[in-house]
Amino acid sequence: MPSSVMPTTSRSDGHPSPAAVSTIGLRKSYGDKTVLDGIDLHIPAGSVFALLGPNGAGKTTAVKILSTLVSADGGQAQVAGHDVAAAPDGVRAAIGVTGQFSAVDGLITGEENMLLMADLHHLSKREGRRVTAELLERFDLVEAAKKPAQSYSGGMKRRLDIAMTLVGDPRIIFLDEPTTGLDPRSRHNMWQIIRELVSDGVTVFLTTQYLEEADELADRIAVLNDGRIAAEGTAEELKRLIPGGHVRLRFCDPSAYRSAAEALREVTRDDEALALQIPSDGSQRELRSILDWLDSLGIEADELTVHTPDLDDVFFALTSSTVPSPRGRRDQPKDAR
Amino acid sequence: MSTLSLTLRDSSTMLRRNLLHMRRYPSLTLNLLLTPVMMLLLFAYVFGDVMSAGITGGGADRSRYLAYLVPGILMLTIGGTTIGSAVSVAMDMTEGIIARFRTMAIHRGSVLIGHVVGSVLQCLMSVVLVGAVAVAIGFRAKDATALEWLLAVGLLALVSLSLTWIAVGMGLSSPNAEAAGNNALPLMILPLLSSAFVPVDAMPGWFRPIAEYQPFTPAIETVRGLLLGTEIGHNGWLAVAWCLGLTALGYLWSRSLFGRDPK
Repeated sequence: MPSSVMPTTSRSDGHPSPAAVSTIGLRKSYGDKTVLDGIDLHIPAGSVFALLGPNGAGKTTAVKILSTLVSADGGQAQVAGHDVAAAPDGVRAAIGVTGQFSAVDGLITGEENMLLMADLHHLSKREGRRVTAELLERFDLVEAAKKPAQSYSGGMKRRLDIAMTLVGDPRIIFLDEPTTGLDPRSRHNMWQIIRELVSDGVTVFLTTQYLEEADELADRIAVLNDGRIAAEGTAEELKRLIPGGHVRLRFCDPSAYRSAAEALREVTRDDEALALQIPSDGSQRELRSILDWLDSLGIEADELTVHTPDLDDVFFALTSSTVPSPRGRRDQPKDAR
Repeated sequence: MSTLSLTLRDSSTMLRRNLLHMRRYPSLTLNLLLTPVMMLLLFAYVFGDVMSAGITGGGADRSRYLAYLVPGILMLTIGGTTIGSAVSVAMDMTEGIIARFRTMAIHRGSVLIGHVVGSVLQCLMSVVLVGAVAVAIGFRAKDATALEWLLAVGLLALVSLSLTWIAVGMGLSSPNAEAAGNNALPLMILPLLSSAFVPVDAMPGWFRPIAEYQPFTPAIETVRGLLLGTEIGHNGWLAVAWCLGLTALGYLWSRSLFGRDPK
Protein backbone atom coordinates (compact mmCIF):
# COMPACT_ATOMS: atom_id res chain seq x y z
CA MET A 1 0.00 0.00 0.00
CA PRO A 2 1.14 3.51 -0.61
CA SER A 3 2.14 5.58 2.33
CA SER A 4 -0.60 7.56 3.98
CA VAL A 5 -1.42 10.95 2.57
CA MET A 6 1.74 12.91 2.12
CA PRO A 7 1.98 16.33 3.65
CA THR A 8 0.28 18.77 1.35
CA THR A 9 1.17 22.38 1.05
CA SER A 10 -0.47 25.01 3.14
CA ARG A 11 -4.05 25.34 2.14
CA SER A 12 -5.60 26.56 5.31
CA ASP A 13 -3.15 29.32 6.14
CA GLY A 14 -5.23 32.42 6.34
CA HIS A 15 -6.25 34.36 3.25
CA PRO A 16 -8.70 32.28 1.24
CA SER A 17 -8.99 33.36 -2.37
CA PRO A 18 -12.45 33.17 -3.94
CA ALA A 19 -12.89 29.53 -4.86
CA ALA A 20 -14.17 28.55 -8.29
CA VAL A 21 -14.53 24.98 -7.08
CA SER A 22 -14.47 23.70 -3.54
CA THR A 23 -15.41 20.34 -2.12
CA ILE A 24 -15.44 18.81 1.32
CA GLY A 25 -15.45 15.06 1.83
CA LEU A 26 -16.92 14.26 -1.57
CA ARG A 27 -17.91 10.61 -1.78
CA LYS A 28 -19.36 8.40 -4.48
CA SER A 29 -19.71 4.69 -4.93
CA TYR A 30 -21.21 2.52 -7.62
CA GLY A 31 -22.63 -0.59 -6.03
CA ASP A 32 -20.09 -1.68 -3.44
CA LYS A 33 -17.20 -0.12 -5.34
CA THR A 34 -16.09 3.13 -3.74
CA VAL A 35 -14.95 5.49 -6.48
CA LEU A 36 -14.43 8.69 -4.50
CA ASP A 37 -13.61 8.32 -0.84
CA GLY A 38 -13.66 11.79 0.67
CA ILE A 39 -12.23 14.38 -1.69
CA ASP A 40 -11.36 17.89 -0.47
CA LEU A 41 -10.53 20.48 -3.11
CA HIS A 42 -10.09 24.22 -3.16
CA ILE A 43 -9.47 25.73 -6.56
CA PRO A 44 -8.99 29.50 -6.75
CA ALA A 45 -10.74 31.35 -9.56
CA GLY A 46 -8.60 31.97 -12.61
CA SER A 47 -6.22 29.09 -12.06
CA VAL A 48 -5.58 25.81 -13.81
CA PHE A 49 -6.06 22.75 -11.69
CA ALA A 50 -5.05 19.28 -12.82
CA LEU A 51 -6.46 16.11 -11.35
CA LEU A 52 -3.92 13.47 -12.11
CA GLY A 53 -4.39 9.77 -11.71
CA PRO A 54 -4.20 6.35 -13.29
CA ASN A 55 -7.16 4.85 -15.13
CA GLY A 56 -10.02 4.11 -12.78
CA ALA A 57 -8.82 6.44 -10.06
CA GLY A 58 -12.09 8.38 -10.10
CA LYS A 59 -11.11 11.41 -12.19
CA THR A 60 -14.10 11.23 -14.50
CA THR A 61 -16.48 10.63 -11.62
CA ALA A 62 -15.17 13.78 -9.92
CA VAL A 63 -15.81 15.79 -13.09
CA LYS A 64 -19.28 14.27 -13.48
CA ILE A 65 -20.25 15.26 -9.96
CA LEU A 66 -18.83 18.79 -10.20
CA SER A 67 -20.53 19.35 -13.56
CA THR A 68 -23.91 18.18 -12.13
CA LEU A 69 -24.08 15.14 -14.38
CA VAL A 70 -24.33 12.70 -11.48
CA SER A 71 -25.02 13.25 -7.81
CA ALA A 72 -22.59 12.56 -4.99
CA ASP A 73 -23.37 10.11 -2.20
CA GLY A 74 -21.86 12.30 0.48
CA GLY A 75 -19.93 15.47 1.14
CA GLN A 76 -20.39 18.93 -0.28
CA ALA A 77 -19.36 20.57 -3.51
CA GLN A 78 -19.64 24.18 -4.56
CA VAL A 79 -18.96 25.39 -8.07
CA ALA A 80 -19.06 29.09 -8.91
CA GLY A 81 -20.59 29.71 -5.50
CA HIS A 82 -23.51 27.32 -6.03
CA ASP A 83 -24.06 24.00 -4.35
CA VAL A 84 -24.08 21.29 -7.03
CA ALA A 85 -26.89 19.38 -5.34
CA ALA A 86 -29.11 22.24 -4.23
CA ALA A 87 -28.66 24.68 -7.13
CA PRO A 88 -27.50 22.69 -10.16
CA ASP A 89 -28.84 25.27 -12.61
CA GLY A 90 -26.71 27.98 -11.02
CA VAL A 91 -23.68 25.75 -11.54
CA ARG A 92 -24.70 24.87 -15.11
CA ALA A 93 -25.01 28.52 -16.07
CA ALA A 94 -21.39 29.14 -15.09
CA ILE A 95 -19.63 26.07 -16.42
CA GLY A 96 -18.62 24.49 -19.68
CA VAL A 97 -17.83 20.80 -19.91
CA THR A 98 -15.86 18.84 -22.43
CA GLY A 99 -16.14 15.22 -21.46
CA GLN A 100 -13.83 12.37 -22.23
CA PHE A 101 -16.05 11.14 -25.03
CA SER A 102 -16.89 13.51 -27.77
CA ALA A 103 -20.04 15.47 -26.99
CA VAL A 104 -20.88 16.58 -30.49
CA ASP A 105 -23.93 15.64 -32.55
CA GLY A 106 -22.39 13.53 -35.30
CA LEU A 107 -25.45 13.62 -37.55
CA ILE A 108 -25.34 17.37 -38.14
CA THR A 109 -22.56 19.63 -39.37
CA GLY A 110 -19.99 21.40 -37.24
CA GLU A 111 -21.65 24.72 -37.91
CA GLU A 112 -25.08 23.35 -36.97
CA ASN A 113 -23.62 22.01 -33.75
CA MET A 114 -22.34 25.48 -32.93
CA LEU A 115 -25.66 27.14 -33.78
CA LEU A 116 -27.45 24.55 -31.65
CA MET A 117 -25.30 25.62 -28.68
CA ALA A 118 -25.97 29.29 -29.44
CA ASP A 119 -29.73 28.61 -29.42
CA LEU A 120 -29.52 26.71 -26.14
CA HIS A 121 -27.63 29.64 -24.62
CA HIS A 122 -30.47 31.86 -25.84
CA LEU A 123 -28.28 34.06 -27.98
CA SER A 124 -30.01 36.10 -30.65
CA LYS A 125 -29.79 34.76 -34.21
CA ARG A 126 -27.27 37.40 -35.11
CA GLU A 127 -25.15 36.96 -32.03
CA GLY A 128 -25.25 33.20 -32.51
CA ARG A 129 -23.97 33.50 -36.07
CA ARG A 130 -21.22 35.86 -34.97
CA VAL A 131 -20.01 33.64 -32.12
CA THR A 132 -20.18 30.57 -34.36
CA ALA A 133 -18.14 32.16 -37.12
CA GLU A 134 -15.60 33.47 -34.63
CA LEU A 135 -15.08 30.15 -32.84
CA LEU A 136 -14.97 28.09 -36.04
CA GLU A 137 -12.27 30.43 -37.24
CA ARG A 138 -10.37 30.30 -33.96
CA PHE A 139 -10.41 26.50 -33.87
CA ASP A 140 -9.50 26.11 -37.52
CA LEU A 141 -12.79 24.47 -38.47
CA VAL A 142 -14.01 26.85 -41.17
CA GLU A 143 -13.29 24.44 -43.99
CA ALA A 144 -15.03 21.54 -42.28
CA ALA A 145 -17.94 23.64 -41.01
CA LYS A 146 -20.45 22.34 -43.56
CA LYS A 147 -19.54 18.67 -43.16
CA PRO A 148 -21.27 16.27 -40.75
CA ALA A 149 -19.34 16.08 -37.48
CA GLN A 150 -19.13 12.29 -37.61
CA SER A 151 -16.76 12.62 -40.57
CA TYR A 152 -14.26 14.63 -38.50
CA SER A 153 -10.92 13.26 -37.30
CA GLY A 154 -10.32 12.80 -33.57
CA GLY A 155 -8.47 16.08 -33.25
CA MET A 156 -11.13 18.00 -35.18
CA LYS A 157 -13.92 16.50 -33.08
CA ARG A 158 -12.08 17.53 -29.92
CA ARG A 159 -11.64 21.06 -31.25
CA LEU A 160 -15.31 21.27 -32.18
CA ASP A 161 -16.16 19.92 -28.74
CA ILE A 162 -14.20 22.69 -27.01
CA ALA A 163 -15.54 25.31 -29.39
CA MET A 164 -19.08 24.23 -28.44
CA THR A 165 -18.16 24.43 -24.76
CA LEU A 166 -17.02 28.03 -25.26
CA VAL A 167 -20.22 29.29 -26.90
CA GLY A 168 -21.79 30.30 -23.59
CA ASP A 169 -18.62 32.08 -22.42
CA PRO A 170 -18.28 29.87 -19.31
CA ARG A 171 -16.18 31.09 -16.38
CA ILE A 172 -15.24 27.60 -15.27
CA ILE A 173 -14.32 24.91 -17.75
CA PHE A 174 -14.04 21.20 -17.05
CA LEU A 175 -11.86 19.26 -19.44
CA ASP A 176 -11.87 15.52 -18.89
CA GLU A 177 -8.72 14.08 -20.47
CA PRO A 178 -8.74 16.65 -23.26
CA THR A 179 -5.73 15.23 -25.08
CA THR A 180 -6.26 11.49 -24.69
CA GLY A 181 -6.02 9.88 -28.10
CA LEU A 182 -4.64 12.94 -29.87
CA ASP A 183 -1.44 12.93 -31.90
CA PRO A 184 1.48 15.04 -30.59
CA ARG A 185 0.71 18.02 -32.81
CA SER A 186 -2.98 18.08 -31.85
CA ARG A 187 -1.95 17.71 -28.23
CA HIS A 188 0.30 20.76 -28.41
CA ASN A 189 -2.46 22.69 -30.16
CA MET A 190 -4.81 21.74 -27.33
CA TRP A 191 -2.30 22.95 -24.75
CA GLN A 192 -2.10 26.25 -26.58
CA ILE A 193 -5.89 26.51 -26.54
CA ILE A 194 -5.98 25.84 -22.82
CA ARG A 195 -3.30 28.47 -22.15
CA GLU A 196 -5.32 31.02 -24.11
CA LEU A 197 -8.42 30.23 -22.07
CA VAL A 198 -6.52 30.85 -18.87
CA SER A 199 -5.19 34.16 -20.11
CA ASP A 200 -8.85 35.21 -20.48
CA GLY A 201 -9.31 34.61 -16.76
CA VAL A 202 -11.19 31.34 -17.06
CA THR A 203 -10.76 28.70 -14.38
CA VAL A 204 -9.78 25.35 -15.88
CA PHE A 205 -10.35 22.03 -14.14
CA LEU A 206 -8.46 19.43 -16.07
CA THR A 207 -8.02 15.70 -15.66
CA THR A 208 -5.18 13.86 -17.25
CA GLN A 209 -3.12 10.75 -17.01
CA TYR A 210 -0.18 12.52 -18.59
CA LEU A 211 2.21 13.94 -16.04
CA GLU A 212 3.89 16.08 -18.61
CA GLU A 213 0.56 17.71 -19.37
CA ALA A 214 -0.12 18.56 -15.73
CA ASP A 215 3.42 19.89 -15.42
CA GLU A 216 2.99 22.05 -18.53
CA LEU A 217 -0.40 23.52 -17.77
CA ALA A 218 -1.43 23.36 -14.17
CA ASP A 219 -0.90 25.83 -11.35
CA ARG A 220 -1.80 23.14 -8.89
CA ILE A 221 -1.95 19.39 -9.22
CA ALA A 222 -3.73 16.81 -7.14
CA VAL A 223 -2.81 13.17 -7.50
CA LEU A 224 -5.90 11.01 -7.21
CA ASN A 225 -5.40 7.37 -6.37
CA ASP A 226 -8.01 4.84 -5.30
CA GLY A 227 -10.57 7.56 -4.72
CA ARG A 228 -8.38 9.63 -2.44
CA ILE A 229 -6.14 12.63 -2.97
CA ALA A 230 -2.68 11.16 -2.43
CA ALA A 231 -0.93 14.53 -2.67
CA GLU A 232 -1.62 18.07 -3.75
CA GLY A 233 0.52 21.05 -4.60
CA THR A 234 2.40 22.74 -7.41
CA ALA A 235 4.48 20.56 -9.69
CA GLU A 236 7.62 21.71 -7.84
CA GLU A 237 6.15 20.98 -4.45
CA LEU A 238 5.12 17.52 -5.54
CA LYS A 239 8.56 16.79 -6.91
CA ARG A 240 10.07 17.76 -3.58
CA LEU A 241 7.87 15.20 -1.81
CA ILE A 242 9.98 12.31 -2.91
CA PRO A 243 13.68 11.73 -3.09
CA GLY A 244 14.99 10.38 -6.35
CA GLY A 245 17.58 12.82 -7.70
CA HIS A 246 20.85 11.09 -8.45
CA VAL A 247 23.86 10.94 -10.69
CA ARG A 248 24.16 7.68 -12.55
CA LEU A 249 27.50 6.30 -13.64
CA ARG A 250 27.56 3.49 -16.17
CA PHE A 251 30.56 1.34 -17.00
CA CYS A 252 31.31 -0.89 -19.95
CA ASP A 253 34.10 -2.83 -18.32
CA PRO A 254 33.02 -5.09 -15.41
CA SER A 255 36.36 -4.80 -13.64
CA ALA A 256 36.27 -1.00 -13.80
CA TYR A 257 32.70 -1.20 -12.42
CA ARG A 258 33.78 -3.45 -9.54
CA SER A 259 36.70 -1.28 -8.52
CA ALA A 260 34.58 1.85 -8.68
CA ALA A 261 31.86 0.18 -6.61
CA GLU A 262 34.43 -0.77 -3.98
CA ALA A 263 35.86 2.75 -3.88
CA LEU A 264 32.45 4.40 -3.62
CA ARG A 265 31.01 2.38 -0.79
CA GLU A 266 27.82 4.33 -0.08
CA VAL A 267 26.31 4.35 -3.54
CA THR A 268 23.49 2.21 -4.87
CA ARG A 269 24.72 -0.61 -7.06
CA ASP A 270 23.05 -2.05 -10.11
CA ASP A 271 25.26 -5.03 -10.90
CA GLU A 272 23.32 -6.10 -13.97
CA ALA A 273 23.53 -2.76 -15.71
CA LEU A 274 27.02 -2.06 -14.36
CA ALA A 275 25.71 1.24 -13.04
CA LEU A 276 26.12 3.18 -9.83
CA GLN A 277 23.77 5.80 -8.43
CA ILE A 278 25.04 8.66 -6.29
CA PRO A 279 22.35 10.68 -4.54
CA SER A 280 22.36 14.28 -5.74
CA ASP A 281 19.99 17.20 -6.12
CA GLY A 282 21.40 17.90 -9.56
CA SER A 283 22.81 21.34 -8.72
CA GLN A 284 26.01 22.51 -10.40
CA ARG A 285 27.82 22.75 -7.08
CA GLU A 286 27.04 19.17 -6.09
CA LEU A 287 27.83 17.89 -9.53
CA ARG A 288 31.25 19.52 -9.40
CA SER A 289 32.05 18.03 -6.01
CA ILE A 290 31.02 14.56 -7.23
CA LEU A 291 33.24 14.96 -10.28
CA ASP A 292 36.15 16.11 -8.11
CA TRP A 293 35.63 13.13 -5.83
CA LEU A 294 35.59 10.70 -8.76
CA ASP A 295 38.73 12.32 -10.18
CA SER A 296 40.54 12.00 -6.88
CA LEU A 297 39.70 8.27 -6.82
CA GLY A 298 40.74 7.85 -10.45
CA ILE A 299 37.32 6.58 -11.56
CA GLU A 300 36.22 7.28 -15.08
CA ALA A 301 32.72 6.14 -16.06
CA ASP A 302 31.73 5.55 -19.66
CA GLU A 303 28.48 7.42 -19.24
CA LEU A 304 27.27 9.95 -16.69
CA THR A 305 23.68 11.05 -16.50
CA VAL A 306 21.92 13.38 -14.08
CA HIS A 307 18.47 12.26 -13.04
CA THR A 308 16.21 14.91 -11.48
CA PRO A 309 12.95 13.74 -9.90
CA ASP A 310 10.02 14.45 -12.19
CA LEU A 311 6.32 13.97 -11.85
CA ASP A 312 6.72 10.42 -13.11
CA ASP A 313 8.62 9.60 -9.92
CA VAL A 314 5.97 11.30 -7.81
CA PHE A 315 3.20 9.57 -9.65
CA PHE A 316 4.69 6.12 -9.35
CA ALA A 317 5.63 6.66 -5.73
CA LEU A 318 2.13 7.80 -4.82
CA THR A 319 0.16 5.34 -6.89
CA SER A 320 2.40 2.33 -6.52
CA SER A 321 -0.40 0.03 -5.42
CA THR A 322 -2.10 0.21 -8.78
CA VAL A 323 0.98 0.37 -10.98
CA PRO A 324 3.44 -2.45 -11.45
CA SER A 325 6.97 -1.94 -10.27
CA PRO A 326 8.14 1.55 -11.13
CA ARG A 327 11.77 0.56 -11.00
CA GLY A 328 12.05 -0.29 -14.65
CA ARG A 329 11.06 3.20 -15.63
CA ARG A 330 12.90 5.07 -12.96
CA ASP A 331 16.25 3.75 -13.99
CA GLN A 332 15.98 5.01 -17.49
CA PRO A 333 18.58 7.71 -18.03
CA LYS A 334 17.18 11.19 -18.29
CA ASP A 335 18.75 14.08 -20.03
CA ALA A 336 20.75 16.26 -17.72
CA ARG A 337 18.77 19.35 -16.88
CA MET B 1 -36.77 34.05 -18.60
CA SER B 2 -39.91 32.45 -17.19
CA THR B 3 -40.10 28.69 -16.90
CA LEU B 4 -42.73 28.41 -19.61
CA SER B 5 -40.89 30.45 -22.19
CA LEU B 6 -37.66 28.63 -21.33
CA THR B 7 -39.47 25.33 -21.88
CA LEU B 8 -40.89 26.50 -25.21
CA ARG B 9 -37.65 27.95 -26.46
CA ASP B 10 -35.41 25.01 -25.55
CA SER B 11 -37.97 22.46 -26.70
CA SER B 12 -38.30 24.14 -30.09
CA THR B 13 -34.50 24.20 -30.40
CA MET B 14 -34.45 20.46 -29.68
CA LEU B 15 -37.31 19.91 -32.12
CA ARG B 16 -35.31 21.70 -34.82
CA ARG B 17 -32.42 19.36 -34.06
CA ASN B 18 -34.63 16.29 -34.48
CA LEU B 19 -36.24 17.59 -37.68
CA LEU B 20 -32.75 18.25 -39.01
CA HIS B 21 -31.84 14.62 -38.31
CA MET B 22 -34.96 13.45 -40.15
CA ARG B 23 -34.28 15.69 -43.09
CA ARG B 24 -30.64 14.59 -43.33
CA TYR B 25 -31.54 10.90 -43.09
CA PRO B 26 -34.96 10.51 -44.73
CA SER B 27 -34.34 6.81 -45.39
CA LEU B 28 -34.96 6.08 -41.69
CA THR B 29 -38.44 7.56 -41.93
CA LEU B 30 -39.27 6.04 -45.30
CA ASN B 31 -38.14 2.54 -44.25
CA LEU B 32 -40.75 2.60 -41.52
CA LEU B 33 -43.46 3.10 -44.15
CA LEU B 34 -42.61 -0.12 -45.98
CA THR B 35 -44.37 -2.45 -43.56
CA PRO B 36 -47.76 -0.68 -43.44
CA VAL B 37 -47.82 -0.11 -47.21
CA MET B 38 -46.93 -3.75 -47.83
CA MET B 39 -49.65 -4.90 -45.44
CA LEU B 40 -52.14 -2.61 -47.11
CA LEU B 41 -51.40 -3.99 -50.57
CA LEU B 42 -51.22 -7.60 -49.34
CA PHE B 43 -54.53 -7.55 -47.53
CA ALA B 44 -56.32 -5.50 -50.18
CA TYR B 45 -55.16 -7.35 -53.28
CA VAL B 46 -54.16 -10.84 -52.12
CA PHE B 47 -56.47 -11.57 -49.18
CA GLY B 48 -59.10 -8.95 -49.98
CA ASP B 49 -61.65 -11.18 -51.71
CA VAL B 50 -61.51 -13.98 -49.15
CA MET B 51 -61.58 -11.60 -46.19
CA SER B 52 -64.55 -9.64 -47.44
CA ALA B 53 -66.49 -12.78 -48.26
CA GLY B 54 -65.72 -14.18 -44.83
CA ILE B 55 -66.64 -11.04 -42.92
CA THR B 56 -69.82 -10.09 -44.78
CA GLY B 57 -70.82 -13.70 -45.17
CA GLY B 58 -71.73 -12.95 -48.76
CA GLY B 59 -69.96 -12.29 -52.02
CA ALA B 60 -66.48 -10.97 -52.31
CA ASP B 61 -66.27 -7.17 -52.29
CA ARG B 62 -62.73 -5.95 -52.28
CA SER B 63 -63.51 -2.23 -52.13
CA ARG B 64 -65.67 -2.71 -49.02
CA TYR B 65 -62.84 -4.62 -47.35
CA LEU B 66 -60.39 -1.90 -48.35
CA ALA B 67 -62.57 0.64 -46.57
CA TYR B 68 -62.67 -1.64 -43.51
CA LEU B 69 -58.90 -2.13 -43.64
CA VAL B 70 -57.58 1.42 -43.99
CA PRO B 71 -58.22 2.78 -40.46
CA GLY B 72 -56.34 -0.18 -38.99
CA ILE B 73 -53.48 0.27 -41.45
CA LEU B 74 -53.21 3.91 -40.40
CA MET B 75 -52.90 2.83 -36.74
CA LEU B 76 -50.29 0.27 -37.77
CA THR B 77 -48.42 3.08 -39.49
CA ILE B 78 -48.37 5.06 -36.26
CA GLY B 79 -47.23 2.01 -34.27
CA GLY B 80 -44.40 1.34 -36.72
CA THR B 81 -43.27 4.96 -36.78
CA THR B 82 -43.07 5.10 -32.99
CA ILE B 83 -40.80 2.03 -33.00
CA GLY B 84 -38.47 4.25 -35.01
CA SER B 85 -38.78 6.89 -32.28
CA ALA B 86 -37.83 4.38 -29.58
CA VAL B 87 -34.77 3.41 -31.61
CA SER B 88 -33.71 6.98 -32.25
CA VAL B 89 -34.14 7.95 -28.59
CA ALA B 90 -32.03 4.96 -27.50
CA MET B 91 -29.41 5.86 -30.08
CA ASP B 92 -29.42 9.50 -29.02
CA MET B 93 -28.92 8.58 -25.35
CA THR B 94 -25.66 6.82 -26.18
CA GLU B 95 -24.33 10.03 -27.76
CA GLY B 96 -22.04 12.30 -25.77
CA ILE B 97 -24.13 15.31 -26.72
CA ILE B 98 -26.86 14.24 -24.29
CA ALA B 99 -24.35 14.44 -21.43
CA ARG B 100 -23.53 17.93 -22.66
CA PHE B 101 -27.21 18.92 -22.62
CA ARG B 102 -27.46 17.67 -19.04
CA THR B 103 -24.70 20.01 -17.91
CA MET B 104 -26.28 23.07 -19.55
CA ALA B 105 -28.72 25.47 -17.96
CA ILE B 106 -31.59 24.48 -20.22
CA HIS B 107 -35.06 23.10 -19.57
CA ARG B 108 -34.39 19.52 -18.48
CA GLY B 109 -37.22 17.90 -20.38
CA SER B 110 -36.63 19.78 -23.62
CA VAL B 111 -34.58 16.91 -25.07
CA LEU B 112 -37.54 14.55 -24.66
CA ILE B 113 -40.14 17.08 -25.75
CA GLY B 114 -38.13 17.69 -28.92
CA HIS B 115 -38.17 13.97 -29.63
CA VAL B 116 -41.89 13.63 -28.91
CA VAL B 117 -43.06 16.55 -31.02
CA GLY B 118 -40.74 15.50 -33.85
CA SER B 119 -42.07 11.97 -33.67
CA VAL B 120 -45.74 13.05 -33.68
CA LEU B 121 -45.09 15.16 -36.78
CA GLN B 122 -43.34 12.17 -38.32
CA CYS B 123 -46.34 9.95 -37.50
CA LEU B 124 -48.79 12.37 -39.09
CA MET B 125 -46.61 12.67 -42.18
CA SER B 126 -46.46 8.90 -42.44
CA VAL B 127 -50.24 8.66 -42.01
CA VAL B 128 -50.67 11.15 -44.86
CA LEU B 129 -48.32 9.17 -47.12
CA VAL B 130 -49.89 5.79 -46.35
CA GLY B 131 -53.34 7.40 -46.63
CA ALA B 132 -52.38 8.69 -50.05
CA VAL B 133 -51.50 5.15 -51.15
CA ALA B 134 -54.86 3.98 -49.82
CA VAL B 135 -56.68 6.65 -51.78
CA ALA B 136 -54.64 5.79 -54.85
CA ILE B 137 -55.85 2.17 -54.73
CA GLY B 138 -59.46 3.16 -54.25
CA PHE B 139 -60.14 4.11 -50.62
CA ARG B 140 -62.89 6.71 -50.33
CA ALA B 141 -64.65 8.29 -47.34
CA LYS B 142 -67.30 10.24 -49.23
CA ASP B 143 -69.86 10.48 -46.46
CA ALA B 144 -67.54 11.94 -43.84
CA THR B 145 -68.13 15.62 -43.00
CA ALA B 146 -65.31 18.11 -42.49
CA LEU B 147 -65.83 17.87 -38.74
CA GLU B 148 -65.59 14.09 -38.85
CA TRP B 149 -62.34 14.31 -40.84
CA LEU B 150 -61.00 16.78 -38.33
CA LEU B 151 -61.92 14.55 -35.40
CA ALA B 152 -60.36 11.54 -37.12
CA VAL B 153 -57.10 13.41 -37.70
CA GLY B 154 -57.24 14.69 -34.12
CA LEU B 155 -57.59 11.16 -32.79
CA LEU B 156 -54.75 9.93 -34.98
CA ALA B 157 -52.59 12.73 -33.56
CA LEU B 158 -53.61 11.83 -30.01
CA VAL B 159 -52.78 8.17 -30.61
CA SER B 160 -49.41 9.26 -32.03
CA LEU B 161 -48.72 11.37 -28.94
CA SER B 162 -49.55 8.61 -26.48
CA LEU B 163 -47.65 5.88 -28.31
CA THR B 164 -44.66 8.20 -28.77
CA TRP B 165 -44.38 8.87 -25.04
CA ILE B 166 -44.50 5.11 -24.42
CA ALA B 167 -41.91 4.59 -27.15
CA VAL B 168 -39.66 7.27 -25.64
CA GLY B 169 -39.83 5.43 -22.30
CA MET B 170 -38.95 2.20 -24.07
CA GLY B 171 -36.04 3.91 -25.81
CA LEU B 172 -34.76 5.39 -22.55
CA SER B 173 -34.96 2.07 -20.72
CA SER B 174 -33.07 0.19 -23.45
CA PRO B 175 -29.30 -0.03 -23.33
CA ASN B 176 -28.88 0.34 -27.10
CA ALA B 177 -30.70 0.78 -30.39
CA GLU B 178 -31.12 -2.96 -31.09
CA ALA B 179 -32.68 -3.58 -27.70
CA ALA B 180 -34.97 -0.59 -28.19
CA GLY B 181 -36.16 -1.98 -31.53
CA ASN B 182 -37.05 -5.26 -29.85
CA ASN B 183 -38.61 -3.74 -26.74
CA ALA B 184 -40.83 -1.51 -28.84
CA LEU B 185 -42.16 -4.34 -31.04
CA PRO B 186 -45.47 -4.54 -29.13
CA LEU B 187 -46.32 -1.16 -30.67
CA MET B 188 -46.45 -2.92 -34.04
CA ILE B 189 -47.82 -6.27 -32.83
CA LEU B 190 -50.78 -4.91 -30.85
CA PRO B 191 -52.50 -3.40 -33.91
CA LEU B 192 -52.14 -6.80 -35.65
CA LEU B 193 -54.07 -8.33 -32.73
CA SER B 194 -56.80 -5.70 -32.84
CA SER B 195 -59.87 -5.27 -35.03
CA ALA B 196 -57.62 -3.90 -37.78
CA PHE B 197 -58.13 -6.83 -40.16
CA VAL B 198 -61.22 -8.66 -38.91
CA PRO B 199 -64.01 -7.58 -36.57
CA VAL B 200 -63.74 -8.76 -32.97
CA ASP B 201 -67.02 -10.71 -33.42
CA ALA B 202 -65.39 -12.83 -36.11
CA MET B 203 -62.55 -13.92 -33.81
CA PRO B 204 -62.52 -17.11 -31.74
CA GLY B 205 -63.98 -16.58 -28.28
CA TRP B 206 -60.78 -17.10 -26.30
CA PHE B 207 -58.99 -14.46 -28.37
CA ARG B 208 -61.61 -11.73 -28.16
CA PRO B 209 -60.50 -10.26 -24.82
CA ILE B 210 -57.00 -9.72 -26.24
CA ALA B 211 -58.44 -7.76 -29.13
CA GLU B 212 -61.01 -5.98 -27.06
CA TYR B 213 -59.04 -4.79 -24.04
CA GLN B 214 -56.25 -2.95 -25.80
CA PRO B 215 -55.94 0.62 -27.08
CA PHE B 216 -55.92 -0.05 -30.81
CA THR B 217 -59.37 -1.60 -31.18
CA PRO B 218 -61.41 1.32 -29.78
CA ALA B 219 -59.17 3.82 -31.66
CA ILE B 220 -59.62 1.93 -34.95
CA GLU B 221 -63.38 1.55 -34.42
CA THR B 222 -63.66 5.29 -33.75
CA VAL B 223 -61.77 6.28 -36.90
CA ARG B 224 -63.86 3.79 -38.84
CA GLY B 225 -67.02 5.34 -37.45
CA LEU B 226 -65.90 8.89 -38.23
CA LEU B 227 -64.79 8.18 -41.81
CA LEU B 228 -67.17 5.42 -42.85
CA GLY B 229 -70.22 6.02 -40.67
CA THR B 230 -70.17 2.74 -38.73
CA GLU B 231 -71.36 2.56 -35.14
CA ILE B 232 -68.90 4.22 -32.73
CA GLY B 233 -70.74 3.65 -29.47
CA HIS B 234 -68.59 3.93 -26.38
CA ASN B 235 -65.42 3.37 -28.45
CA GLY B 236 -64.85 7.12 -28.85
CA TRP B 237 -64.54 7.79 -25.13
CA LEU B 238 -62.66 4.58 -24.60
CA ALA B 239 -60.10 5.55 -27.25
CA VAL B 240 -59.59 9.00 -25.76
CA ALA B 241 -59.25 7.54 -22.27
CA TRP B 242 -56.67 5.01 -23.44
CA CYS B 243 -54.68 7.76 -25.15
CA LEU B 244 -54.73 10.11 -22.18
CA GLY B 245 -53.81 7.28 -19.82
CA LEU B 246 -50.93 6.09 -21.98
CA THR B 247 -49.70 9.65 -22.49
CA ALA B 248 -49.61 10.28 -18.75
CA LEU B 249 -47.98 6.93 -18.08
CA GLY B 250 -45.37 7.33 -20.82
CA TYR B 251 -44.62 10.89 -19.77
CA LEU B 252 -44.08 10.06 -16.10
CA TRP B 253 -42.09 6.95 -16.95
CA SER B 254 -39.84 8.79 -19.41
CA ARG B 255 -39.35 11.70 -17.07
CA SER B 256 -38.25 9.49 -14.21
CA LEU B 257 -35.92 7.50 -16.48
CA PHE B 258 -34.34 10.66 -17.87
CA GLY B 259 -34.05 12.18 -14.40
CA ARG B 260 -31.84 9.34 -13.22
CA ASP B 261 -28.09 9.71 -13.10
CA PRO B 262 -26.60 8.52 -16.37
CA LYS B 263 -24.19 5.61 -16.21
